Amino acid sequence: MRRIAVIGASLAGLSAARALRAQGFAGRLTVIGDEVRRPYDRPPLSKEFLCGQLTEADLALESDDDDLQADWILGAAATKLDTSSGAVELANGTRVEADAVVIATGSRARRWTGCETMGGVHVIRTIDDAVALRADLRSGARIVVIGAGFIGAEVASTARKLGLDVTVVEAAATPLQLQLGLRLGAVVSAVHATNGTSLICGVGVAGLTGEHRRLRNTAPDRVTGVDLVDGRHLPADVVVVGIGGVPNIEWLRGSGLMLGNGVLCGANGQTALPNVVAVGDCAAWHDPSIGAAHRVEHWTGALERPAIAVATLLAGGIDQGTVVKPPYFWSDQYGSRIQFAGLARPDDEITIEEGSCDDHCFLATYRRDGRLVAVLGVDQPRLFTRWRRQLATAPTVV
Amino acid sequence: MLEICPLSELPPGEALRVEADPPIAVFHTEDGEVFAVDDTCSHQDASLADGWLEGCEIECPLHASRFNLRTGAVDAPPAKLPIRTHAVVVEDGVIRVELSAEKPNLPPDIRARLGEGTKS
Repeated sequence: MRRIAVIGASLAGLSAARALRAQGFAGRLTVIGDEVRRPYDRPPLSKEFLCGQLTEADLALESDDDDLQADWILGAAATKLDTSSGAVELANGTRVEADAVVIATGSRARRWTGCETMGGVHVIRTIDDAVALRADLRSGARIVVIGAGFIGAEVASTARKLGLDVTVVEAAATPLQLQLGLRLGAVVSAVHATNGTSLICGVGVAGLTGEHRRLRNTAPDRVTGVDLVDGRHLPADVVVVGIGGVPNIEWLRGSGLMLGNGVLCGANGQTALPNVVAVGDCAAWHDPSIGAAHRVEHWTGALERPAIAVATLLAGGIDQGTVVKPPYFWSDQYGSRIQFAGLARPDDEITIEEGSCDDHCFLATYRRDGRLVAVLGVDQPRLFTRWRRQLATAPTVV
Repeated sequence: MLEICPLSELPPGEALRVEADPPIAVFHTEDGEVFAVDDTCSHQDASLADGWLEGCEIECPLHASRFNLRTGAVDAPPAKLPIRTHAVVVEDGVIRVELSAEKPNLPPDIRARLGEGTKS
């Protein structure tokens, strides 16, 4: 392989480029990104960056001694993967020839259909998103956050800190139940109430209301509130839509890759094509522990998995049998540090190993058939590290 | 010299966070060596004393950055800057630390809290 293109210039793309050099690839390396910025860290966008504690410079992922000898093409989205001639086509008309490709195009925030351009309605994925939201977070303003997942909870926490009147609306009966299960989802999301955020669960959003501040005869240009399906209306100056991400894979249609909820990959990132691997939010790797492919939209996966995929790629698309660490994520809300590793299912047996849920400081384990499958820590970093290691070394069922 | 504790109170494989300005972490490795470094990860606010000690390397409990305890160098990202190391002396069974006079590489969120944040 003489020319490798990494499509995507965020954490997964940068990690793939680093791994290619670290694993001895000495050929021509091109990194392509749709944003104009060099790789930056996204987790602070809903927290420290949103409240102004961190600056854009603080988010830079590259260090001064990164010397990847790569060509960077930024501000140009990939539009087509032409596997027959070995090239990637970009929105600016450029064609980048490559013998092998790492796909790391990530995901985008799901928006509220019909309100994509309404003033005061936000999503958070990019620095520009966070800057725009920050300008709307004025003390005393009313904000409604749609979705009580981790992004929604972090935005709510930041907005409370900035003195806003915060309401979170969640369609499910209990927030985070998919990730943490019913019982601990309820425990973890109890912090909203104790910090003065209103949490409304089990009610869907019917739509957003808006007003015309400029032109009549067009769609409303400024949000005024949120209508719930039970008939309630929540007045709002600002609305944040935190209802998940959509993988950026449309550009791969017709490429020969198998697409589902993400680029469908084997257990080490291999795709239907021997010279293509996929990593990060856009990739759904086969997980032997659950016998299915699924997308892991966590920062740590974008940091660690590219090295595995690159080893696969440099071996001609052959799975090297590397055991992938269980998914890990963290969230900082209202001054609490939440850490979770593994995959929980509704019927897992939960044990509080340390601390108590009432104090909101505990370590919980999830077991299935007696086997450790997941660990949750709230303000227990030292203990969490130990349990997480134990989880990583626990045998998985194939 | 900062007196930490008797060596017997810090078993091999264990770490201790010591309040100083900024806080430091003292590690007793499985090989019997004792190291002292700045406790706060240079990437984001996390206590390295809570991290995973393996050989002469500490892994941050939050984002898995790894630092060499002997040199303070970054062995694995996301950290970009090294942490300070402090000289350790074990005399008469007591661990003592001579704090480094270098400038610490505190993470940007801590610097912001201390009012030293940079504006871009």
